[in-house]
Amino acid sequence: MAINLKQVADVSIIEIEDKNVDSRTVSNIQHEIMPLIESNSKFIIDLSQVSYMSSGGLRMLLSSYRKVTAKNGKLILVGLSEEIKDTMSVTGFLDFFHHSENAITGLALFLEK
Amino acid sequence: MFIERIDIHPTHTRDKFKLRCGKPFPFGATLIPGGVNFSIFSRHATSCTLVLFDKNSPEPMAEILFPKEFRIGNVYCMVVFGLDYENIEYGHRMDGPNNFKQGHWFDNSKILLDPYAKIISGRDIWGVQPDWDNIYQYRGKIAFEDFDWEDDCHLDIPSEDLIIYEMHVRSFTKHPSSNVKHPGTFAAIREKIPYLKELGINAVELMPIFEFDEFENSRLNPQTGEMLLNYWGYSTVGFFAPKAGYAATGKLGMQADELKSLVKALHQNGIEVILDVVFNHTAEGNEQGNYISFRGIDNQTYYMLTPEGYYYNFSGCGNTLNCNNPIVRGMVLDCLRYWVSEYHIDGFRFDLASILGRDPWGKPLINPPLLETLAFDPILAKCKLIAEAWDAGGLYQVGSFPDYGRWAEWNGKYRDSIRNFIKGDGNINDMALRLQGSPDLYAETCRTPSASINFITAHDGFTLADLVSYNHKHNEANGENNNDGENSNDSWNCGVEGWTENQSINDLRQRQIRNALAILMISQGIPMLLMGDEIGRSKQGNNNTYCHDNELNWLDWTLLEKNVDLFKFVKNCIAFRKSHPILRQSHFLNQDNSGSTHPDITWHGTKAWNPDFSDHNRTTAFMLCGRQIGRNKKKDDYIYVAMNMHWEAHNFEIPKLHKSIQWHIFANTGVKSPEDSWEPGNEPLLDNQQEVLVGSRSVIILVGK
Repeated sequence: MAINLKQVADVSIIEIEDKNVDSRTVSNIQHEIMPLIESNSKFIIDLSQVSYMSSGGLRMLLSSYRKVTAKNGKLILVGLSEEIKDTMSVTGFLDFFHHSENAITGLALFLEK
Repeated sequence: MFIERIDIHPTHTRDKFKLRCGKPFPFGATLIPGGVNFSIFSRHATSCTLVLFDKNSPEPMAEILFPKEFRIGNVYCMVVFGLDYENIEYGHRMDGPNNFKQGHWFDNSKILLDPYAKIISGRDIWGVQPDWDNIYQYRGKIAFEDFDWEDDCHLDIPSEDLIIYEMHVRSFTKHPSSNVKHPGTFAAIREKIPYLKELGINAVELMPIFEFDEFENSRLNPQTGEMLLNYWGYSTVGFFAPKAGYAATGKLGMQADELKSLVKALHQNGIEVILDVVFNHTAEGNEQGNYISFRGIDNQTYYMLTPEGYYYNFSGCGNTLNCNNPIVRGMVLDCLRYWVSEYHIDGFRFDLASILGRDPWGKPLINPPLLETLAFDPILAKCKLIAEAWDAGGLYQVGSFPDYGRWAEWNGKYRDSIRNFIKGDGNINDMALRLQGSPDLYAETCRTPSASINFITAHDGFTLADLVSYNHKHNEANGENNNDGENSNDSWNCGVEGWTENQSINDLRQRQIRNALAILMISQGIPMLLMGDEIGRSKQGNNNTYCHDNELNWLDWTLLEKNVDLFKFVKNCIAFRKSHPILRQSHFLNQDNSGSTHPDITWHGTKAWNPDFSDHNRTTAFMLCGRQIGRNKKKDDYIYVAMNMHWEAHNFEIPKLHKSIQWHIFANTGVKSPEDSWEPGNEPLLDNQQEVLVGSRSVIILVGK
């Protein structure tokens, strides 16, 4: 398993369990995330266990985000390490996402209208 | 309906690799479903091998010979399926004749960079000493070409409205005082956008950002022991790849995303991006240089060669790219199209562009195919094309560069005229032409003032602060016994060479800097400001700092505080230019007085309506009338500019206007800040509407409204 799934009310919390998200792991993760995205519309992706995210990994996140928002869903990233957040910021990826400190604060964002 | 294509299936197997004949176009490595399409040209090679490395590995993990049936014409093309494309690096070996006199340099032992590589690794972090034993120094990588631009598009700012800021990516923020997160990078420029916006410029011109090797010809300065680098980067390793060392994320191979993100942010703030591109030569150097790419792929195609097989050296850098060979021409076109479409680049400034107009034997062409192709290309149709209209082989084409109604030029004559005028040695007739956008150079051939990129300083030569502080270049730090760099600078030190505590000299320098900048901003044509001139940046009299990764090049941001008065002055001058269309005409003046009692430009002297164009005259004045029905049918004000480069003050009689119009003062370089300039719209009324005293070596700008 590349991910760990928790359901809190109608929000799916996807915790990524790989330390490195790169071309070696990204297709497994994608393979597990995609069916979930088909069946739900509210997501938190928890990256607190991830210490390295490659260019391909960031593309997987953005691609997931696009799929979710295409059906008016919402996806929030939580648990971003400083380094990953910084990489996402300078490459422009961060601008696309809502992000929050951790899963709890992320859930709070769903409660806000 | 979804029907699977049958070409997603391999037809060949070599070791563990599944293959198929590729598509010849596009050249380079392209992601396709299930694999990567590799395509490379060579006319004279007899065979080609694709060499694959795992990321950072010293030795290749695979070498795949292109089967004979994968060669179409002179193109080797192959699809390799199932590659971990994020983690591989690729190159080629080429076999073929090795015969110096015939211009063939094939050597199967060399691994060669794809000329179309979109990402290049090997110099991922700036300044990290390379391992010269590495058998493959600059490694092609496969790019995701999927950036999300959202609604970004080219800004298409009309040429005449441009105000260009020439800058070096690393120098702009590398200084510790820059206070940014990733000094010296694309990301850091993004952090500094508010500064650029406040200044008011609307285009940045980035000195070379194509991948280069800062360690090319690196050496120690014999006097200081300091490492001297190929710092400016006018020596291209790969034309399609951004410099990894300029990206905070270069170590992750994400330089393309970082640069695109910068372009997007600049566009959001109304700032265009122009790239300084170097197509005149490559980093492979002369006969003693290394194999990087072209010379091992097809030396005879890519370089201009003498009948004896030596490199022509019109670039002064060892070799000359054979730009009017149809293959090379195609590469240059592909390259520019790529930067316009993939990176949303708005324009290009071509280094030593006259080389682009030479034939394969070096003879200047009347109708150079490359320049014509670029001018008429549908994808480049809206982008700015700017030529540095000379080369190191003695061709000087300012005013005569083949332009096809598209090309603008760095106007070297503008620079020379203004410099001479400011120091009191100018020619008033010449000056009058420069102020009008150089009609003597461009009017006859139906070009517009926008053909003239007006600049007084640029990366080559003195900064503005040095131009008024040094009579001579001081390039000792370059380690070439002060023999490098331009000798003729038309500069004047105002009395003492270099730094001084003498207040009257410093005051004069401040005035001279303002005179230059004021004149630049009221000239017809496109003004270009050199990074840091707005805050008095000095390079200690060095006029050729191409090799210094230190304070000589790095912009010291504490100058902004020290010279905030100057910054305010420049900011006001830029805002003034922007608020007056009469300063930015798209046709030459003196042609139109419809709808007004005054022609668009009139010349004056110390007596109104009495210009003195005699030799040795150091004063002149002109008036622009914006009452014509001009651009956008919006009427502009009157503008009067009096320039006194004499060492004594002079009274200038101001032209009398209709009584409903009164003169207000926008700028007077003869008085100290804050009264040296005013925010446009808030100019105070002039007490004396009949005449104005213009101090020694000063410029006064009035607005009649």
